[in-house]
Order: sequence, then C-alpha cells, then structure tokens
Amino acid sequence: MSFELPRLPLGDGIEAVLDFLVHNLAFATKAFSAVADQGIRLMETAMMAVHPIIMIFILTALVFYLTRQRGVTIFTFLGMGLIWNLGLWSATVSTLSLVLVATLIAISIGIPIGIFCALNGYAYKIVRPILDFMQTLPAFVYLIPAIPFFGLGRVAAIFATVIFSMPPAIRFTTLGIKQVPKELVECADAFGADRWQKLFKIQLPLAKTTIMGGVNQTIMLALSMVVIAAMIGARGLGGEVWRAIQRLQPGAGFEAGIGIVIVAIILDRVLQKLSKS
Amino acid sequence: MEKIVLKNVCKIFGDHPQKALKLLKEGKDKDEIQAKTGSVVGVNQASFEVKEGEIVVVMGLSGSGKSTLVRCINRLFEPTSGEIFVDGQDVTKLSREELRQFRQQKFGMVFQNFALFPHRTVIHNVEFGLEIQKSDLSVRREKAEKALELVGLKGWGEKFPSELSGGMQQRVGLARALAMDPDILLMDEAFSALDPLIRRDMQDELIEMQQSMRKTIVFISHDLDEALKLGDRIVLMKDGAVVQIGTPEDILMNPSNEYVAKFVEEVDITKVLTAETIMKKSQDVAYLTSDGPRAAMRKMKNNAIASLFVLDKQNKLHGVVFADEVAKLIEKGEKSLESAIHRDAAAVSPDTPASELFAVMQSISHPVAVVDENNKLKGIIVKGLLMAAIAERGGNI
Ligand SMILES: Nc1ncnc2c1ncn2[C@@H]1O[C@H](COP(=O)(O)OP(=O)(O)O)[C@@H](O)[C@H]1O
Ligand SMILES: [Mg+2]
Repeated sequence: MSFELPRLPLGDGIEAVLDFLVHNLAFATKAFSAVADQGIRLMETAMMAVHPIIMIFILTALVFYLTRQRGVTIFTFLGMGLIWNLGLWSATVSTLSLVLVATLIAISIGIPIGIFCALNGYAYKIVRPILDFMQTLPAFVYLIPAIPFFGLGRVAAIFATVIFSMPPAIRFTTLGIKQVPKELVECADAFGADRWQKLFKIQLPLAKTTIMGGVNQTIMLALSMVVIAAMIGARGLGGEVWRAIQRLQPGAGFEAGIGIVIVAIILDRVLQKLSKS
Repeated sequence: MEKIVLKNVCKIFGDHPQKALKLLKEGKDKDEIQAKTGSVVGVNQASFEVKEGEIVVVMGLSGSGKSTLVRCINRLFEPTSGEIFVDGQDVTKLSREELRQFRQQKFGMVFQNFALFPHRTVIHNVEFGLEIQKSDLSVRREKAEKALELVGLKGWGEKFPSELSGGMQQRVGLARALAMDPDILLMDEAFSALDPLIRRDMQDELIEMQQSMRKTIVFISHDLDEALKLGDRIVLMKDGAVVQIGTPEDILMNPSNEYVAKFVEEVDITKVLTAETIMKKSQDVAYLTSDGPRAAMRKMKNNAIASLFVLDKQNKLHGVVFADEVAKLIEKGEKSLESAIHRDAAAVSPDTPASELFAVMQSISHPVAVVDENNKLKGIIVKGLLMAAIAERGGNI
C-alpha cells in the first residue's frame, strides 16, 4: 500500500514571513547597511592609505604597546610580512575591517542588552534560552537569514557575523553585573544612589573585567564567522580560501589559511593580554 | 526629642507575607509560621524610639532580626507592615524618589564587612555619598578630607581599600558615612569583623567622636559587652521581636526574662557596675567652715566610722580626717580641723567601673569618695559595699 503524505509548504511559509519582514524592516536594514558599509569602507581606506610595509610597522608597534611582549611582537612582524609577501595584504585588511566593524556593532548592541537583562529578571528569562539556542546552531546557519535582508555581499556577511558573535557580549555583561557583590549595591542604595549612578559608578566598573572577557570572545567569534561568511560574499582571507576550494587550488587555499591563522593568533594574544590587565 | 520612632514594624520574607502577618498578630511564633506558610519572620512587631543624639544598640543573637530591622529604617528592606517615623516623617509613605533624597540627607550607614568599593581609592570611597548628592568637586573633596582626618586616616586617601588593614578599612567605612554629615548613623555590626583589640579602640573612638558630633546612632551588635559600653539604651531582640528596652543598668539589674538573663550572665559584672551604682549617697561629712574637731568626732561616733570627708559650703571635697588625729586636736584644744585634713583623699568619678575600684581601695584606709567633674561629693564607697554589690549580682570577685 503506498500512501503519500502531502508535503508541508514549510519553505513557502517561511519565505512569506521573510518577505513580510524584509518589507517592513526596510528602515532598519537600510540603516544597518549604511553603518556597516560606511564602517568597512572607512576602515579599509584608512589601512590601505599607507604602504603595507609602513602599516606592518604600525601594527607591530601597536601590538608591542598593548602587550609589551617580545614574542608576540616579533610574531606579528614576521606574520604580517609573510602575508604581504604572499600577496594577501588587501584580503587581510578586508578581513580585519570586517571583524572590527562587526565587533563594534555587536558590542554596542550586546552590552546594553546584557545590562538590561542584568537589571530586569524577566528580560533575562526570555533572552537566556535564546542565547542557549543560538549557541547550539552551526555557524553557517546564520548566513541564511542574512541573504533575504541584505542580498549577497559584505553587509550580509557583517549582519551574520554580528548575530553570531553577539551572545558572549550579552552573556558576560549580564554575568558581570550580577556578580557584583550584593552588599556593594546595597551600600550604593543606602547612600541614595539612583539606578544610573549605581550602574555607572558601581556595577559597570566592577563588571568591567568580565565584560572584557565577553568582548574578547565576541572578537574571536567574529573572526571565525567572517571567514565562513565568504560563502555569501564577504571577501577577504575567507574569500581567498573559498575561491581556492572552488577552483581546486589547494596550494592557494593553504596560503590563505595560514593568513587566517596568523591573524587569529595575533588577535588572541593581544586580547588575552588586555583582559588580564 | 524623638528622632526615630518605630511602631509595630514587621518584616516577613516569603511569598505570602499577609498570611504570615495574620498569624503573627494572632501571636504565633516564628517557627510555627515558617512551618505553616513557608515565610520567614524577619522582624516581629518591633516598636521603640531613638532620641536625638542618643546611641541605641540593637542587640540579639545571630538571626534575631537585627540587620533586617535596621534595613527597614532606611527601607533597604520594605517593611511588611508598621510605621517608621524619622523626624516626624513616615518613611514607609515616601515615594521612590523622595526616599532617595531622604537617604541622602538623613542616613549614613556602616556595614559589617565594610562594603568598600574596591575599584575606588579611599578618598573616592569617602566621597561617594557626596558624589551621589552631586555636590561640587571642591566641596566634596574638602568634606571627604575632613572626614578622613576625623577617623585618623589623614594622608591615606590615594590608597585602595585592599591596601588597608581591617581596622583601617572600617574607619574608611565610617568616614564615608560621616562625610555627608547625616543626622543618623546606622551601624550594622560595624565592629564585629575586627580583632578584639582594634575593636575596643574603635569603640572608644566612636564614644569620643560622639561627644562632639552628637549623632543619632542605631548600632547593631550581637555582643553584650559592646552594647553595654556604647549604648545609652539597649534594645534586645529575639526571633525578630523586641524583648526588652532599657539602659545598660536596667538590662543588667532587671533582666526581663530568661533570654536576657542568659546574655547578662556572661558579662563580666565588674566592668559594668560603676562607682555611681554602688556608692552610698547619704552620709555624714564635716564642713570646713562650721565643724570643729568636736563636731567631727561626734559625727564619727554616731556613725561608728573612723574617718570623715571634709567639704566646703559648695559640697566640694577638700580632704579626709581620721578619728585618731581628730582626737589629738581635741586634746590640744584646737578649734579648727585644718591641720588634720589629708588633702590626698582618694576620689573617683561616678563612671569608674568596679574593676578599677578594687585597685583604688587596696591602698587606702578610708572609703573612696565619688565626686563629679566639679569635685563635688556625690557619695562614698566602702569596701563592704563594693563586695556586696558584686556578690548580689553574681559576679566573680
Ligand atoms: N533576604 C532574606 N530572605 C529571606 N530571609 C531572610 C533574608 N534576610 C534575612 N532573613 C531571615 O530573617 C531572619 C533575621 O535575619 P537577620 O536580620 O539577618 O538577623 P541578624 O542580623 O540579627 O543576624 C533570619 O531568620 C534570616 O534567615
Ligand atoms: Mg546581621
């Protein structure tokens, strides 16, 4: 006996919902596009304005200033030099710009949400399961909703990256504020502090280290996502890898892969150092 | 003048405070209510008042509701029922915003574990209250420096709390509360976390400061010795309820129930009994201008005593005469006591503790005179009286 269930029109339904959202959220997507696009352009222009060699020196000096560690500094200089030598300089600049812009957007949305969740128990009860759920999804799933809103391209990549990398910023901010000893908050209350005074004079300063930990994670997640987002048109180092795969050029893919590893190591070291001090 | 008045204040922790409150008013006790409703009684119908400039110590065992009570006064905890008046204003009726203002103006609070802000320097900690009030930086700094000086930490402003010892940290806590010059200090076990020696110093200093600042202080303590030392009056709590209110003497002399008596038993009685409570108030004395040797001798004979204090018309103590020497004056036919007066008569102030009286009495052969700050005679203490007073109250000699 053969019996066929009618196929559920799930895909159609979702497309209808997305259509609706795309139409009605146009103002938001336009604003996001503008910010993201301008941001990247600005970053890229700034970093391409000087000769790569000068930029390498500048970055090396910056890393030394931030870490005061000889090892990382030398690694930065040699690593960046290698990247330039392999002809991956503009791809790297593009990747760094994407990471930076995505991170800035993720933090400036994520930290306020985190603060709100810390101060409002109900908000946290709603947001927390969402964050938990987001963490279980594989990274490239985030690419799907980006396309209907922004089409293929860098803005869509940034959007996916922002969504993907925001959870730690929210989570750690909430955690950091909740971790502030109750008696200190009580003390601020006893002296007649209002909500904002409490937040800016006591809670945020004391949560700073934890929040910085969240920011670090956000940056590292952003880097990993920017690479994956090459699939929807983020260029950069991820784009080089993606192209090499499509053209069956393992050598070129490997070179771009090394570039990504170098950037990741430098970022990780600098961030670790920053969050410790 | 009453500064703080609490009327039937209750605080119940839990989901069904009204149900618990009803049981409380029916006279059910804390354990029963917890078993029935799951709610915890923090404070049970507490009523008392604090006069302006007075130190009231709220005392009780751990868990008796002291912290909860003091937090009801500035509404860090919302009282479940009852009224709390501060300067005639019912604080339970204040709106959020009014309450904030009220806290800024009226209350300074000192916490058991100091609750200093670790990310702020000492001076920034002390300035905190003023910063909240949005006062000018220069004013703020000046007041904070003054408060720091008052607690003996001048020059420590740039340090961080973690660089200071426990005793110093609590001085910062005290300075922070004093910097805004509030009328009322709420001190929740402010000295309990300190070493005994440092603790005693802090108590002494608080008493000394209080001489000039005259704040209204609600001091929480679980230590009767501390309560007796600091308190003008003591409020004793048990299971959230007030079980006795009185001066330290009241509490010691007439413990209102077994619970209080148990506390009292552990106090070293000799530290608490003072010259004033032990002394005999009425006694014969010789007056410098009117009494000659014969009159003095007759007074000694009538009272069967061997010495007599000599006073002037204003009751000021001039010295002591002894029966044998007065007898010699009479033999010689002298008209004045003058030459027999020992001007080094032992005298103590009314608040001298019994423990110190022993030492004084050891070295003299006449009673001890108790005199006020103007050297006027208030009473006398003989050895037998001291022993009796201590024995009566069950102390160890
Ligand atoms: N936030 C709270 N939630 C629930 N119960 C509390 C809370 N604070 C205090 N209690 C309870 O109230 C009672 C009195 O506590 P507390 O005022 O801290 O006592 P004390 O300061 O005298 O040691 C205790 O039984 C305690 O468990
Ligand atoms: Mg307590």
